[in-house]
Amino acid sequence: MSAPPIAPYRSPLPTGRDGFPQLVRAEWTKLRTVRGWVAGLLLIIVLTDLMGLFAAGSSHTECITSPGKAPQTGRACAVTMPAGPGGEAVTDTYYLVGQALAGTGSLTVRVTSLTTEWGSGTGPDTGSDFKPGPVPWAKTGIILTASTRPGAAYAAMLVTPDHGVRMQANYTGDVAGWPGRVSAAGPRWLRLTRSGDLITGYDSADGTHWTRVGTVRLTGLPSTVRAGLFTTAPGWQTTGSSFGGALGNGGPSLATATLDQVTRSGRWTGAGWQGTAVGGASLAAVGYQRSGERFTITGSGDIAPASPSNGARAQTIEEHLVGVFAGLIAVIVIAVMFITSEYRRGLIRITLAASPRRGRALAAKALVAGAVTFAAGLVAVVIAVLGGIAVVHSQFGYVYPVTMLTAVRVVAGTALLIAVVAVLGVALGAILRRTAAAVTTAIVAVVLPYVIGIGSVLPVSAAQWLLRISPAAGFAIEQSIPAYPQVSNSYFPAFGYFPLSPWAGFAVLCGWTALAFALAVILIRRRDA
Amino acid sequence: MKDALIAEWIKQRTVAVTGWLLLATAALTGAFSVAAAAAVRCAALGCGGDPARISLTGVEFGQAVVAILAVLAISSEYTTGMIRTTFTAMPRRITVLAAKAVVVATLTLMAGTVGVAASLLAGRLLLPGHGFTAAHGFAPLSLADGPVLRAAAGSVLYLVLIGLLSLGVATAVREPAVAIGLVLALLYLFPLAARVAVSQQWYRYIEQAGPMTAGLAIQATTGLPSLPVQPWPGLGVLAVWAAGCLFIGGLLLRLRDV
Repeated sequence: MSAPPIAPYRSPLPTGRDGFPQLVRAEWTKLRTVRGWVAGLLLIIVLTDLMGLFAAGSSHTECITSPGKAPQTGRACAVTMPAGPGGEAVTDTYYLVGQALAGTGSLTVRVTSLTTEWGSGTGPDTGSDFKPGPVPWAKTGIILTASTRPGAAYAAMLVTPDHGVRMQANYTGDVAGWPGRVSAAGPRWLRLTRSGDLITGYDSADGTHWTRVGTVRLTGLPSTVRAGLFTTAPGWQTTGSSFGGALGNGGPSLATATLDQVTRSGRWTGAGWQGTAVGGASLAAVGYQRSGERFTITGSGDIAPASPSNGARAQTIEEHLVGVFAGLIAVIVIAVMFITSEYRRGLIRITLAASPRRGRALAAKALVAGAVTFAAGLVAVVIAVLGGIAVVHSQFGYVYPVTMLTAVRVVAGTALLIAVVAVLGVALGAILRRTAAAVTTAIVAVVLPYVIGIGSVLPVSAAQWLLRISPAAGFAIEQSIPAYPQVSNSYFPAFGYFPLSPWAGFAVLCGWTALAFALAVILIRRRDA
Repeated sequence: MKDALIAEWIKQRTVAVTGWLLLATAALTGAFSVAAAAAVRCAALGCGGDPARISLTGVEFGQAVVAILAVLAISSEYTTGMIRTTFTAMPRRITVLAAKAVVVATLTLMAGTVGVAASLLAGRLLLPGHGFTAAHGFAPLSLADGPVLRAAAGSVLYLVLIGLLSLGVATAVREPAVAIGLVLALLYLFPLAARVAVSQQWYRYIEQAGPMTAGLAIQATTGLPSLPVQPWPGLGVLAVWAAGCLFIGGLLLRLRDV
């Protein structure tokens, strides 16, 4: 007699799917049902915006409008800057000896000398306290400009003390020509020709053999333009010995140039050569002298994109994002706890029993952490930037204008940065399993290099290396105003300039995160839970 | 108190992580100081930097490890439930906290001394080769020099105070991740806020108020008149932070259930 066959038990419930979407949903459920984490996500927004608005609000300062008067506040201190053809903030101050040129024509000149002086940084600028000093990007030459209004479209052929002949146009354009210094023994000939919207620049070392340096199209150029000879010199700074944020001394500069052999073609109108201090005469010494066909022009200022620096009432949009650091610390704490608390409470064993493919489970966790912090970060960053701009404007301050594309890159890029740091936090939590160690490692890796980089302890070169190789390189995504090689400025981390371009810096952070995540996947598969 | 001290000492001595963290404190402090001293180059015009401060840069990294050590000293008891045993055996909670503070301070003092000594040695050996010579007006770093001794001893004290501050914060919030996040936020956010401060006045206020920015003034040996806060008053600011955090932690320890 044999026992009747026993049918194996089968649950009447349908088999659950364990695809990636289900895993993501499980992780999302874990995240949203822990009250502390939801509060933490809100805290990211609050911290980011409070600290950012505090920084913007602290810009309420006094200014001295004229020597000897009491400091003033409010509208009297309003800061404005001319906007160039591309909408960017520019500096446009130079001394022009010009005439009106109608339609097609050309202008040629010989430059025989260019000398520069440093003025003292304090006291009324009488022009008596100037002494010779190097100004590498002082400029003299010929310019063709839509008008003498600061910020007007222009093209110029110019000579500099240390960077040879250049053709520059519309503040950001810069092409190198003949190298070397100019002197009486080695003069330079410069020529600009206009044909419609096209301006072509030529240079020559002998006045007979000409080389075309470049051609630019100045769209919307009026038929009658101002053209002539000009000189200018950007202010001097001693930054060679400065550490980190501690800037050395600085002050205004003067350049004096001698130009002759002026030849013109085309229809030139108006009452001969006229001197104009474009952008206002900041120094009494600017002006020109003419003896026969020889012009001696003294100028001060610069024709270049404006460069933000610290301590000015003109701010960049990323200066309102200082609160992101506070938000990031909250992000790191949440992201690390998102995984280490599973280890502490033993939930990880259930997670891995339900989804034995461990790498996939970790990926779902990272995806949820990244997506949620991206959303919170985006809200926080948008509020911080818009609120910061409103606060600065309410105090008659100035915010550097940027193109829509740059603004989107800064805002969305910062939110992406927050999301990538969250993934890094999850990865470090999986690697180290210990909450305190993982949180510290993440903060020290992401925030500390930036703190040290902008501090005044390390020399600039070391700070720049730190911001090239550490995960903090990712903050480059916030830089809205690029560093221009043709502008004299202290392009230091302390002033908001990163050694890497925005996306290259972001790629460094992503590289570190990918490395940590790969290590986390290997370890979570190898180790017992 | 003596029994509490012995108990806390045994707790710290018998977990492996304490040894590793102390080693990491000394090693990280030394290693990053060596890196900083190796990276510095003097320009032809002059150096402009503070040799003592450069060679003690590693303290900024080492303090993070000290913070872990101090946070774990109390929050790991909450994580594991050990705190209930501790308070059953020693119902005077403030005594327990005081004993923890003494043990954390002693351990930090030992590790910090090693790290700072290594940092100074690195500065003494490396900096003269990078332009910090008598020609630029720099003598080799020596503890016989008053300001350098103050910077070195002060850096060790700084690490001890960071440990006490972290212990206070961790006693108040219990959760290790939140505690360490709070401590590092307290340390790092002040210098970041100072960077975007528009007016010089605000910049000085922020530098004077921050536990790290004020505390590290103890490392300065050059350009003292232009500092936002002088060395000893700066360390005093950090001491006030540490005392305040320990006070709040102690108060909450008394008032709350474990």
